[in-house]
Amino acid sequence: VSTLRVCALYPDLMNIYADRGNLLVLERRCAWRGIGFQLTRCGLGEPLDDEIHDLFYLGGGQDRDQRLCAEDLIQTKRDALHAAAARGAVILGVCGGYQLLGRSYELGPGEELPGVELLDVRTVREDGPRLIGNVAIEVALDGVGERVLAGFENHGGRTHLGAGQAPLGRVLRGYGNDGSSGFEGAHSGNTIGTYLHGPLLPKNVWFADWLIATALGIDQDQLASLNDALEREAHKGARIAARA
Amino acid sequence: VSVLLAPKLALARAAGALSRLRGGGATSVPGKVLMRLEPDAIGVLGSRLVRGSVLVSATNGKTTTAAMAASILEREGVRLVHNRAGANMAGGIASTLLAAAHGRGAIDGELGLFEVDELWLAQLAAQLRPRALLLGNLFRDQLDRYGELETIADSWAHTVRDVLGDDARLVLNADDPVIADLGRERAGAMAGAAAAVGDGIDGTGPVYFGVNDDSLALPHMAHAADAKHCRNCGAPYFFEAVYLGHLGHYRCPSCGQTRPVPAVLATNVRLEGVRAARFTLHTPAGEAEVALPLPGLYNVYNALAAAALAHALAVPLEGIVAGLESTRAAFGRAESVTIGAPDHPRELRILLVKNPAGANEVLRTLALEPGEHDLLGVLNDNIADGRDVSWIWDADFELLTGRLRRVTCSGTRAAELAVRLKYAGIEPERIRVQPDLAAAVSTAQADAPPGGAPLYALPTYTAMLSLRELLSAGGQTRSALT
Repeated sequence: VSTLRVCALYPDLMNIYADRGNLLVLERRCAWRGIGFQLTRCGLGEPLDDEIHDLFYLGGGQDRDQRLCAEDLIQTKRDALHAAAARGAVILGVCGGYQLLGRSYELGPGEELPGVELLDVRTVREDGPRLIGNVAIEVALDGVGERVLAGFENHGGRTHLGAGQAPLGRVLRGYGNDGSSGFEGAHSGNTIGTYLHGPLLPKNVWFADWLIATALGIDQDQLASLNDALEREAHKGARIAARA
Repeated sequence: VSVLLAPKLALARAAGALSRLRGGGATSVPGKVLMRLEPDAIGVLGSRLVRGSVLVSATNGKTTTAAMAASILEREGVRLVHNRAGANMAGGIASTLLAAAHGRGAIDGELGLFEVDELWLAQLAAQLRPRALLLGNLFRDQLDRYGELETIADSWAHTVRDVLGDDARLVLNADDPVIADLGRERAGAMAGAAAAVGDGIDGTGPVYFGVNDDSLALPHMAHAADAKHCRNCGAPYFFEAVYLGHLGHYRCPSCGQTRPVPAVLATNVRLEGVRAARFTLHTPAGEAEVALPLPGLYNVYNALAAAALAHALAVPLEGIVAGLESTRAAFGRAESVTIGAPDHPRELRILLVKNPAGANEVLRTLALEPGEHDLLGVLNDNIADGRDVSWIWDADFELLTGRLRRVTCSGTRAAELAVRLKYAGIEPERIRVQPDLAAAVSTAQADAPPGGAPLYALPTYTAMLSLRELLSAGGQTRSALT
C-alpha cells in the first residue's frame, strides 16, 4: 500500500454541499495511516487519464453548473470513466454527481441532461417539493456486512432504478431516491451513487475506510485502526437527527 | 380599512401579551395575528410612515448594517421604526409596526428601517413600497431553506425590475458581482451607474459602494465562493482582487460586464483584531477617517453599505462618520459579556456564525488576534440555523490550526463540529464535546488560562439566542448585555 490517487471531478463547480469535506476525510485518514494521498483536480475541458486514479469523486452543484458538467462529462471524460470502472476503480457520485452517473436527468419538459451511463438510473424532476431532510439508510457492502449510512439529502430530482440496477441501500428514515420506493442510491461494481451529503464521509468514516480499501484493492482489516471516538459520536448525532 | 383597524391592533397586541405570558418569546406572534385579521397590515401601517421605508437585505450583515444605519439616522434626529432584534420576515415586521402604532393606527416614528429576509424581500417590497433598497451581498447559505443562490438572485432581480417603484433608490455592493448586476435591471442602468460616480443624491441610478485596497486581497478565492460566472453571459469572471468570498474587483472577459465604479468607497483599511477597524471613507461629499468599533473586513463592508444608504438619504458626511463611530454591536454580533465569579471574571465574546462566508470572516478576524485562543463552538441544527450542517465543512476552520489552546464543542450537533475541527488539523486532545450548553459554558469558563484571556463563542443563530438567554438568566453576567 503506497498512495491513494484521487481524482476530484469539477471541484470548483460541483461542490455545493461541502463536498470538500468528503475529500478531506479521505486525505486525513490516509495520512494518519501513513498511506500517501494524491489529489488531482479535473475541470471543464480537461481530459481524464483513466489509468492513474484509484478513486473518482463527483459532487453536487447548482443547476447551471450541473448542465455545464453534464455536457463536458460526455464530451471529454465518458470513455475514460468507463475504462476506469472496468478495471475496478472506485467512482463515487453524490447528489448532482449521482444523477450524472446515470442515464439521464430530465430537468423539465424538453430539457434532458445526458448522463455517462455508469449506473442504470434515470432522474426526473417531478412536481412536488424538493426532498429535503436528514436521512439514514442501511447498506450491505462486501467485507463489512450490514451498516448504516447517515446524512442529509436535498434534491428536486426523483431517481428511478433500471430493472437490474441494485440500490446502494434501503431507506430507514428520509426520502431516498424518489421518496416512495424505499431505495437509496445505486451500486454497480465499484461505482456508487447516493443522495447522502452532509457531507457523507465525516459522519460515516467506516464508509470512507471501505472506499479507501476498495480503491487500493486491499482488505478492510489491512487498514490500521484509528481512534474514531469523535467520529462515532458524529455518526450517532447524524442518526439521531434522522431519528434512526 | 382604518375604521376597523383599531380593534384589530388591540386584539393582536393582546395575543402578543398572552404569548409572552405563556413564555413564548417569539417577537413575530402579534404581527402574525395582526396579518390574520388584516392581511395588508404591513402595507396599511407602513403607508403611515411620513418619510416612508428603507429595506436592507443580504445573506450576511443585515442586522449589523441596519444597526449602523439606525445609529447614523437617529443621530440626525430621524425617528425610526426599526426591527432591531432581527425578526425579519413578515411576522416580525408586522410586529415592529404594531408596536409603534397608536390605538387608532397612527405611527410613532417617521421612517421605517427594516432588515428583510432574502426570501421575503419581493413580498415585503410590494407591501412597503420602499424609497430605498439596500442589497449587501449574496452567499451560499442554508441550502435546505433558501435553495440555490441563483434562485434568490432571480427573485431579487424580479423585485428590482417589477416590484420596486421607479422613484426608489437602489444601494448596491459593487464588489459582489451578483448584487452589482441587479443594477442592470433598472431602466437606464448603465447611465445610472455612470451617474452614481458623480452623485448619489440627485441621480436616479443605483448608489454603489465598494472597497479599494490592494493590501486586503486574498491569495486565492475561498473554497466556498459562489458567484464565479457572469449573470449576463455565463462566462467565468476574471478577478483582479478577491477581498472576501467572491467580493472583489472583477470583470467578465467575454461580455465586458465590469465592476461599477463605487460612489461610496473605503480605502486604507486597517483591521485591528477582534475589536475594531479603521478606514478612509470616500463619498461624493468628501472623505473622512472612520474608527469603527466593530472588527473585520465584513464590518467595513457593513459600514460602507450603511454609509451609502445614509448618503442616498441625504445625510451629510460628518453625520455618517459620527453615526458609524458610535455604533454598538448588534444582537449577538461581536458582543462582549463578562462571565464567571466577580473574583474570576472572564470576557466572553460572541461572534455569530451561520454560513461559510460569514464564518470565514469571523475566523479570519479571530486569526488576526495574537496568541492561542479558547473557543466555544456551538452548532445547532434547528430550522432557523438550517437543518443541514454541511456548511461547516465549507468554512475554513483551518485558519485556526495551531492557534487554539482549548475548544469546547456544544449544541445539537456538537460532535460534528468536533470532527470538523479534528480534520482541520486541531489535535483531538484539545477538543471537548459537551452538547449541553450550560455545562459547556461552565466547563469552558472554569478552564481559563492564566492571565484570563477571553473565551470566544462561535454560536449558530439559535445557539446565540440560547447563549444570551443563559447568560442573562443565570446571573453570570456582571455587565449588561448590549
